Amino acid sequence: MIPLSHFMFISAVLFCLGLYAVLTKRNAIQVLIGIEFMINAAILNFVAFGRFDKATGGGQMFALFTIVLAAAGVAVALAIILNVYKHFRTINPAKIDSLKD
Amino acid sequence: MSPEQILFYFFAALTLISAFLVVTMQNLVRSIFLFFVTIFSLAAMFVFALADFIAVTQVVIYVGGVLVLMLFAFMLSNRELLSGLQAVQTGFKMSHFAGLMISLGFLFLLYMAIASTDIVNLPWIKESQQISPGDNTVHQIGINTMTRYLLPFEVVSVFLLMALIGAAHLARKEKRS
Repeated sequence: MIPLSHFMFISAVLFCLGLYAVLTKRNAIQVLIGIEFMINAAILNFVAFGRFDKATGGGQMFALFTIVLAAAGVAVALAIILNVYKHFRTINPAKIDSLKD
Repeated sequence: MSPEQILFYFFAALTLISAFLVVTMQNLVRSIFLFFVTIFSLAAMFVFALADFIAVTQVVIYVGGVLVLMLFAFMLSNRELLSGLQAVQTGFKMSHFAGLMISLGFLFLLYMAIASTDIVNLPWIKESQQISPGDNTVHQIGINTMTRYLLPFEVVSVFLLMALIGAAHLARKEKRS
């Protein structure tokens, strides 16, 4: 059986890789991938702790809900990215700096 | 080492190496396809946490939905970006250094927090009833969805409907008057 702390170390590293991508990437799609990494790190923790929760199954249920929320978030975010591209002709977050036309 | 441990650490290394390559790679198409590898090996790690249904859901939703969406958005938005932006990206940047420092600091913080907590001896984990490898988790998840977690389930379904309508609304063609 794999110790619980190893799952947590792996998800901590994954979370920080996602954080790095969100902070430094110059492309909105890569920023979105970074957010996905952070969400997946959280899901890994949910699942790892869910092993100790047989009676209510909270960890696994909320991992499922989180996957659904992440998928919905990606769909909306990509629609926003496409609209931003139509408007600014770029998806570099550093260059998108005005809210109105 | 048992075969279980060997496989687990193999998939853990695969996850972390591919995730590292995803965030460092300059070529966006390659990084999206490597994201696919990360998601698959994460699903394998879910199996080691005895959550087989979550692993299958992960593969179906991420590989079937999210990845295709990402590639689609990439194809639609990156005509000149392919040549233009990526040439600018090479070279060391001060902002990258700041991001690296923030994420390394956060990693150190998380590492200290995990290392200083004695997780295995927490009271609720010691007293808990563990899922054993022979259990039928799909059966349990089905019952839980319809009883204990009915409200979150319904909220998620309404949320999904909202996201669907919102994405369709955002992606529509605007009428020029």
